[in-house]
Amino acid sequence: MDVLQLFVSGLANGCVYGLIALGFVLIYKATEAVNFAQGDFMMLGAFIALGLTNEQFMGLPFWIAVPLAIIAMGVVGYLLDMLVVRHMFGQSQIAIVILTIALGFVLRFIAGLIWGHEPIALESPIAGKEVRFGGLVLGLDEVTIIVVTLILTVALYIYFNRTKLGVAMQAASQNQLAAYYMGIPVKRVHSLVWALAGAVAAVAGILFASKGSIDPSVGLLGIKAFAAAVIGGFGSLPGALLGGVIVGLIEPFASYYIAAGYSQLMPYLLLFLILVFRPHGILAQVHAKKV
Amino acid sequence: MHQRAENPHAEEKPAVLSVRNIESFYGPIMAIRGCSLDVRKGQIVTVLGANGAGKTTLMKTISGVMDPEKGEIIYGGENIAGASPDRVVRLGIVHVPEGREVFPLLTVEENLRMGAYTRNDPDGVRQDMEMVYSYFPILAERRRQAAGTLSGGQQQMLAIGRGLMGRPKLMLLDEPSLGLSPILVREIFQIIKRLNREQGVTMMVVEQNAKVALEVADYGYVMELGRIVMADASQRLLDSKDIQEFYLGVQEETQRGQKRWKQKKTWR
Repeated sequence: MDVLQLFVSGLANGCVYGLIALGFVLIYKATEAVNFAQGDFMMLGAFIALGLTNEQFMGLPFWIAVPLAIIAMGVVGYLLDMLVVRHMFGQSQIAIVILTIALGFVLRFIAGLIWGHEPIALESPIAGKEVRFGGLVLGLDEVTIIVVTLILTVALYIYFNRTKLGVAMQAASQNQLAAYYMGIPVKRVHSLVWALAGAVAAVAGILFASKGSIDPSVGLLGIKAFAAAVIGGFGSLPGALLGGVIVGLIEPFASYYIAAGYSQLMPYLLLFLILVFRPHGILAQVHAKKV
Repeated sequence: MHQRAENPHAEEKPAVLSVRNIESFYGPIMAIRGCSLDVRKGQIVTVLGANGAGKTTLMKTISGVMDPEKGEIIYGGENIAGASPDRVVRLGIVHVPEGREVFPLLTVEENLRMGAYTRNDPDGVRQDMEMVYSYFPILAERRRQAAGTLSGGQQQMLAIGRGLMGRPKLMLLDEPSLGLSPILVREIFQIIKRLNREQGVTMMVVEQNAKVALEVADYGYVMELGRIVMADASQRLLDSKDIQEFYLGVQEETQRGQKRWKQKKTWR
């Protein structure tokens, strides 16, 4: 029973990591930029939802606050690309890395100004409740996280493979120049990818905030998600989710079976091993162009 | 510049595309130095030239991937110089780039669908897809396969088919023979010719393989160092001494039975 409960809570954590990692990979695949503010996107999404729904702030119903927060983060992502990132085209990768790291600091600061630096809990209808399967007691929040992640994964899969815009996003990431030649508006597609990454981050943030209180520094979780993305194979969407789930599962089991102090090392030890023995990640998507 | 006083096509069909005094730069480097040419309705026009002559740059400038510094590109009575690539596609000019450039992880069918990205008529798209499959039956066989796993020749067919899906009035084909075996080159050019005759697609073909290009083309331009140096009907270019010497590799023998190794180009 213990093992199963560890498994479920690890899986729930892993889903959140996976969703943040998904945002990293989405933007990286489409635009070859790494958005190091992805974790802070998640934090901001959580805080927007919290600001809209908590009694001490605006007090809107939860089910109105959630879609509003998701849409708001989509708009943030779109505008960020349209107004800033697009104009850095042609500059080195480092420039965008520095920009997004700085942006992370700015977002943390803004969130601190508006909502304070003390941990706050999201007033969510799923927080703190329990569901029972036979003798098994699981948190409703954890079950919800897993179910929502599954639904979102399926929705994204359908979006990327069945809709014209989704396939165009794939096309633009695989061969940008050819996408231009086909009349795909590549710049707008890039902005839409940023919007999607923002929206996914908001979902991750709301799910994460349903499990416990948050403060503006939870965005640093992004580092762990980044490791997860690398473990799964940077550039592969299923890999990002898989990497997230692996990291999420390792944590509780490591702290259960291994002495405290060593257990926190485990995700990074795995990252190290993966980089040595399988540098492209578990689900690498590498192909060589035929000449 | 070559004089074009007795242009045999002057009174024929109207020009679909007129390029006038285009100048394009890569940073400080001038790749096209005042280039003018006409593509007439229903024709296959070829632009010949060696590596670095500016042929690809010319095509990129027409399709809007590059913006010219100077000059006009008249298409359908409108100057499209500097227009964005997606607008140029919507206007009916489709560029099939050099080196295939398929979407490697998408299937053949998805690649074709992306060729029709700017269109909103699902029925027409479906018909055109069947049309593409009828010209390239191998693509129909492989429709569920990732494009990156096709052979070079099949990828070239896919690139052309994908271009057709945009239902172009004018198709820009950049080096369709690149990296293909001689038999495949013939096959591809036969299909280009059929598409031109049967589907009425006007074609502008950039080629290094001068012989095969001139055989199917109606009219040809020769480009060197960013300029057009010769322009004439293909047959006359094929017969021309200069073209034979410099582009077809035919060597003349002197009275003493020796080969002359160097001949001066008449246009310099």
